[in-house]
This record gives sequence, structure tokens and C-alpha cells, in this order.
Amino acid sequence: MIDLFASITVFDWFIDPLSHEFMRRALMVSALVGGVCGLLSCYMTLKGWALMGDAVSHAVMPGVVVAYALGLPFSIGAFVFGVGSVALIGFVKQKSRIKEDTVIGLVFTGFFALGLVLVSKIKSNIDLMHILFGSPLGISNSDVVHTLTISGLVVLILLLFRRDLMLYCFDATHARSIGINTGILHYMLLSVLSLAAVAGLQTVGIILVVAMLITPGATAYLLTDRFDRMNLLAILSSSISSVIGVYISYWSDIETGGSIVLVQTIIFLIAFLFAPRYGIFKSQKVMHS
Amino acid sequence: MMNQINAKFPSDAFRIEADQVCVDYNGTVALYDASLQLRAGVICGLVGMNGAGKSTFFKALMGFVRPSRGFIRINGLEVFTAQRAQAVAYVPQNEGIDCSFPVSVWDVVMMGRYGSMNFLRIPRESDKQAVKHALERVELLDLRSRPIGALSGGQRKRAFLARAIAQRASVLLLDEPFSGVDVRTEKLMSELFLQFRNEGRTILISTHDLSHVRDFCDLVVLINKTVLAYGETSEIFTPENLNMTFGGLSPDVLFGQTPADEFTK
Repeated sequence: MIDLFASITVFDWFIDPLSHEFMRRALMVSALVGGVCGLLSCYMTLKGWALMGDAVSHAVMPGVVVAYALGLPFSIGAFVFGVGSVALIGFVKQKSRIKEDTVIGLVFTGFFALGLVLVSKIKSNIDLMHILFGSPLGISNSDVVHTLTISGLVVLILLLFRRDLMLYCFDATHARSIGINTGILHYMLLSVLSLAAVAGLQTVGIILVVAMLITPGATAYLLTDRFDRMNLLAILSSSISSVIGVYISYWSDIETGGSIVLVQTIIFLIAFLFAPRYGIFKSQKVMHS
Repeated sequence: MMNQINAKFPSDAFRIEADQVCVDYNGTVALYDASLQLRAGVICGLVGMNGAGKSTFFKALMGFVRPSRGFIRINGLEVFTAQRAQAVAYVPQNEGIDCSFPVSVWDVVMMGRYGSMNFLRIPRESDKQAVKHALERVELLDLRSRPIGALSGGQRKRAFLARAIAQRASVLLLDEPFSGVDVRTEKLMSELFLQFRNEGRTILISTHDLSHVRDFCDLVVLINKTVLAYGETSEIFTPENLNMTFGGLSPDVLFGQTPADEFTK
């Protein structure tokens, strides 16, 4: 393996895999899904919805299985169970004395367990490992189309309502006081989260998708004080780490989802240490311009 | 701007009208029989202890809680209709804001214009002018591209006031506007409030800082779960009324805001 690395140039390292159809497809889908999740992760980190992202991404599991069994698109099942889990979290919290984080943990593990049970009970050709860990290298054509559609929908919603959603994350009180319906925005963000979880499932799988929905936003947050720039940085870091992750996975034969998320985490660590204004080793004199 | 705010608004009509408003949260009464009528061009202080129902009253005025009894009208309209017409601006306490949010001062003030824009919220030239004008009035134009988190407490307060100005709201609800602000901001804000009054806006200030109320509120409302007393500041600010509002304790002792000169007297 070390000989292999030594014998090829950086150029070959990037170009060689492109001769395979499956690699071109995997790289394209990973970059796209990475970008979409990266954009959404800005809202998740700013709204403080990391735990909610974890919950929803796990809770879509039974929805995916049921949709598969009924021959419906993934996203419909995911959407129903994703939003349903949040409604359930709200209901249990309101009707009992249990604290919110406990309720979130309770509901999403319950949903996830239901998904596991359903997979083993419903005789179908669902590959559990595919759902849990993702498999961008083995993605089928129909899955590509499906992922493209979901990604397009998520990006469209986030672009159309970006100002309103930003305002909702920043100051929901003001949003309401100027007549904006924040209830709709709340559920819109949740729906988009459920959809993005399904898209992310294709590349890194259900277990790690929450990383795609948090890490790029957190990285970008350390690098800028501008919302638009934060969006851009999150999309870039997420897309680039997805692509690099796929390459590394190809060359060293390691698990793709893990390798994508690991690259993302390393990029975060670099920002954490060396971000100009908010890093640990920040330069001493940074003036606000 | 004055014309815009007073346009089609008769001087004898009420900006804020609350009639026997009751609010309860799951059976716990937070406010009962609260009535209040404010005309255009008045500054009114809303005074009471923590938990006396000040924030509940604000929430009711903004339509966040629905009164279980009674009604509220803003400019003669239902609360929600008035909000859609951009009539109500809320200026939050500093503590209620995520200061590390990646937005600039300009962005924050522009948020005051969102309600008047189309749904993509693309600023027109008139919106930019309104934001620029608002920033000039609070003397923050030079700092417009700073992140909101890089401002001092007083500057941040002014930024949110500028947002209300940019919104061109006729009713301003201010939550503890003078807490944690510098002398310059305090002076600027007092001047602005008087200008707002002359422009025909109605300002309701929720506070437990009595010295500011005494200085420039025309009217004062004392509340403790209900409106205890309400009228001209000079008539309402009696020791008996204040005792009643603050449950028999002297407010100055309660809130540690005794001015130094009262010690030396």
C-alpha cells in the first residue's frame, strides 16, 4: 500500500479514479449532498438544533423502511417520521415533567429501534448496512435521481426562505412581531432537516448523517462573522471533505462514511486551532474592519 | 416620516387599547382585568416588580399569548392585523439576543424592513435609505459593517432601536431600555424618545427603574397582576401607589437603584 502511494503523483491520485463510472457518480453525489447538508448545518448550529438534528436523522429510519416496503419514495416516509418524531417530542415534553433533552433521547432511540426491528421483520431487499453506514460507491442510478431531487428541493426551500429562516434563528420574537408566521418556519426547517437526513443517508448513512448537519456549520461559524460567508464556507468545507473522503476511501479501502466525516472533523479541528479570530491560536491583533 | 406615521390616524383614537385583559397560563393567572388606553404621541412607563406581569402584558400586546378574556386593539386593529401593517416594534433586552450570531449592524437594522419587502426579502433602494436614515439617527452609521457581537451593550441597544425606526412602527414596546447602557446612549435614547413622541408614535416602556420614568414618561401604569394605578406620572407617583406596586417594600431598596444624592440628603 505504501508503495502504491509512493508510485503515483498527486495528479494521478485525483484523476485515476475518475475512469470508473461508479467513482464519478459517487464523487458527484457526495459533493452535492455535502453541499446541501453544509448549507443546512448553518441553520442547525445557529438555532442550537444539534441534538434535534441527531434525533430527526435517527427517527427517519422506520420511515425509510416502511416507504421501501410499500414501494414509495424514501423521502415521503422519512418526512412523515422525521416531522412526526418532533411532534411527539413536543407532545411528551408538554404533557409530562420530563426535561426536553431526555425526551429527545427517548423518542429518537425508540424510533431508531423500531426501524431496526422493521428491517429484520419486513422481508425485502433493504440492505441494513447501506442505510446505517451509507454506500456512495455502490449508489444506484435511481438513487442518484432520487438524491438529486431531494437536494434540489432542500436547496430551493433554503434559498427562497433564507432571510426569513435567518431571522427566525436570530430573533424569533421580532419575526413574530412583524407578522411573520414563525410556526410555519419552524416546521419548514424541520421538514428540510428530515429531507436532508435522507439525502445524507446515501453518502454517510443514518448514524453519521448528523455530523454532516453540524460540523460544516460549526467550522464556518469559527471563520466568519457574516451569515452569507458562513453559508459559503460551510458548503465548501462540506463538499470538499466529502470528495476527499471518497478518494481516501477508494485508495485505502476504508469505510466511506467514516472517512468523509473524519475529514470534516479534521477540517473543524484546524479551524478550531487556527481560525483568525476565534481559534485557540488566534493572531493577537485582529481589528474589526 | 411624520406624515407616514400619522397618516389617516385621528388624534383622538387610541394607539393601544387594552380592555379588561386576562391572561392565564395553564390555570395560573398572570394578568387579570388589565385595561389601558394610550393615544398617539405619548410615552408611557409600565412599572412593576419581576413577575408582576409586565412581560405577559407585552406578550399579549404582541399577540404571543391570547387573552382568556378582554380584547386588545393596536391602532384600532386586531393585534395580528396591526403587526402585518408593521405597526408594532419590540425592542428587546440585551439578554434576549444571541450576540455571537454572524450578522452585521446593517443586517440587523435591515430586519426591520423585512415585513415591508416581498417574500424573498430583497432590499429595494427605499429600504436601504430607511436603514441608513435609522442608523444615522442612533449615530451608528460608522459601525454599520461591524458584527453585532462586537458592539458594546449601549451600541447594541441603539442598533435594535434603529431596527424599530427602520420599521416605521407607530407603537414601540421597549423592554428595560436603560439597563446596562452608557451615558451617551442614555442621553441619545431620551432625545429620540421625545422626537418619537412629537412624530406621533406611542412608546410603552417596561421597566423597574423609577428615575427614568419620573424624568420623561407622560403617563405611568403601575401593575401587579393587574393595573393598580394609571394616569399622569405626577399624579400616580405617590408613595402609597409605589408601596402597593412593590408589595410594601421601597422600590429603591428592592432594586438597588438608590441614586447617590438621596443618601447624602
